[in-house]
Amino acid sequence: MNSNALRFNACIERAEFSLEASLTVEPGEIVAVIGPNGAGKSTLLRSISGLVPLTNGSIEIGGVTVDDPARGILSAPEARRVGVVFQDYLLFPHMSVADNIAFGPRAAGVGRRHARELAADWITRLSLTGLADRKPSELSGGQSQRVALARALACDPAVLLLDEPLAALDAGTRIDVRAELREHLASIGIPTLLVTHDPLDALVLAERIVVLEQGRITQEGLALDVARRPATTYVARLLGLNLLPGQADDGHVTLTAGGELHTAQRNVSGAVLVAVRPDAISIHTSPPSGSARNVWRGTVEGVEPIGDRVRVTAAGPPTVMADVTAASVIELQLERGTQVWLSTKATELEVYPAGGTAPQ
Amino acid sequence: MSRRHRTTTQPPWPVAVPAVLALLFLGLPLLALLIRAPWGQLLSVLTSPTSLDALRLSIITATAATVLSVIVGVPLAWLLARAIFPGRRFARALVTVPLVLPPVVGGIALLLAFGRRGIVGQYLDQWFGITLPFTTAGVVIAEAFVAMPFLIITVEGALRGLDGRFEDAAATLGASRLTVFRRITLPLIAPSLVAGAVLTFARALGEFGATITFAGNLPGVTQTLPLAVYIGLEGDPSEAIALSLVLLAFSIAVLVLLRDRWLRTGTPA
Repeated sequence: MNSNALRFNACIERAEFSLEASLTVEPGEIVAVIGPNGAGKSTLLRSISGLVPLTNGSIEIGGVTVDDPARGILSAPEARRVGVVFQDYLLFPHMSVADNIAFGPRAAGVGRRHARELAADWITRLSLTGLADRKPSELSGGQSQRVALARALACDPAVLLLDEPLAALDAGTRIDVRAELREHLASIGIPTLLVTHDPLDALVLAERIVVLEQGRITQEGLALDVARRPATTYVARLLGLNLLPGQADDGHVTLTAGGELHTAQRNVSGAVLVAVRPDAISIHTSPPSGSARNVWRGTVEGVEPIGDRVRVTAAGPPTVMADVTAASVIELQLERGTQVWLSTKATELEVYPAGGTAPQ
Repeated sequence: MSRRHRTTTQPPWPVAVPAVLALLFLGLPLLALLIRAPWGQLLSVLTSPTSLDALRLSIITATAATVLSVIVGVPLAWLLARAIFPGRRFARALVTVPLVLPPVVGGIALLLAFGRRGIVGQYLDQWFGITLPFTTAGVVIAEAFVAMPFLIITVEGALRGLDGRFEDAAATLGASRLTVFRRITLPLIAPSLVAGAVLTFARALGEFGATITFAGNLPGVTQTLPLAVYIGLEGDPSEAIALSLVLLAFSIAVLVLLRDRWLRTGTPA
């Protein structure tokens, strides 16, 4: 445990919404909070930055308690050492890049000249050389993001918060900027919490993932574990996985929604989740004769192109998503209502105990 | 303001005829003013002592009224836009009253408040020896009373339209509320503040009813341009017309200023 960690252990009650979570981010650690819209991600960030007060619990930043209603502590945003990279960046439109970055130091009472030197330093560190006198409206999305990062870091914060840092970018520049951001974040050395609804952002940028749904943490773990073993259908769907709850007994899983599956894992029993990738499920229009252990009948409910594949949703039980090639959609004449056989190998199924978070 | 072109068809005559009449109705008087203007002697009329006095007084009082409006109007606009306090709706309604109140009524109300026997004025007189009616300060008060709502409403609208997240961002960067207001809020609403001030100045410059009722018509002291125009009409019409042209020029200048600069580029929608 480090006294410079970000510690959030609190509850926020709103009219139609409550957020209750416990979360610690160590210095140098990058944690991504993912969750659907309205899950409370922004509220979490706003409460840490001091824009939303807690109902109860406490927040500790850099060894200082900044919010604790029971002890009557509530620091104003400007009194907290929090750097925030906002969604849309919110660069001050009437100030140059240099003035934006120097704003924090100036507000902290640093002299004009020294603040400009600090800004110049950050401009170099974040490869913004030559852009010092530009206005935010003259910057590209990636440049804006680096200015926002520089502006947040120039205040020497004890924790860095990023709210959907890539959401404002178009798909093309996103990949590059994501890689850049990863590089910059790696060297910061303070607790870094980023909020996103894009699983790829979370997987690329963060070591640890926290899944927030309806104001509660539903899963927490290393990025790879969460990706491989999602705990809720939300995460599974987000990652493009089929997630089927059921009861396991000696390599045989009776699914809660109906149907059963054979798995290669005999060592798990009781309530389990079965995860299977959509491309591990095959579709046939006649009973398959292959080696697949699991075969069941289904009705095509939806056919939708995703990249170079086509995602077919078939009602079972079990109801699953299967990815096939466009050629096989034509060959098998798949459309809504088509009766099909679905199959998957026992070895393609990942079975793990349900409930609780993935092991760390 | 969008400048979309819609495909228009030939307007039917029940629309076209009244529309043209309306345009003529609005345009003809201005045209008449230009046609009958004493162009030849314009300079000599405008440089007469009465005209110069009125012109100087108008500019001084309208500027003072605008400054006064900015000093107390911006904080009120901020309160109306941001603060939650009992009676806020009433306060906002109150601000709009001078916009629709006949200025003469405003002048009488000012007399009853700040006149020598007024509910506040009697104490100003007794305790401080300050008399407002029939003074230049009285002109400023009358003009500010009528014109300040333009500033308050414009600035309040801008504050409401402002993305409050910029101010949040500034706060997370360690800026105090005063710094946020000075370095973020004020610069971001500057275009609207200027537009509001220009409107206020224009309204103050043209003020007649409240001024003549509250401040009277003393040449050199309270006789502003509109008053000089009115008086001039009885004695020397050519002076009245010449001074009217000056006021018209100011009005057109305001329109141009607002249209080309502030209204289109500045004010947040």
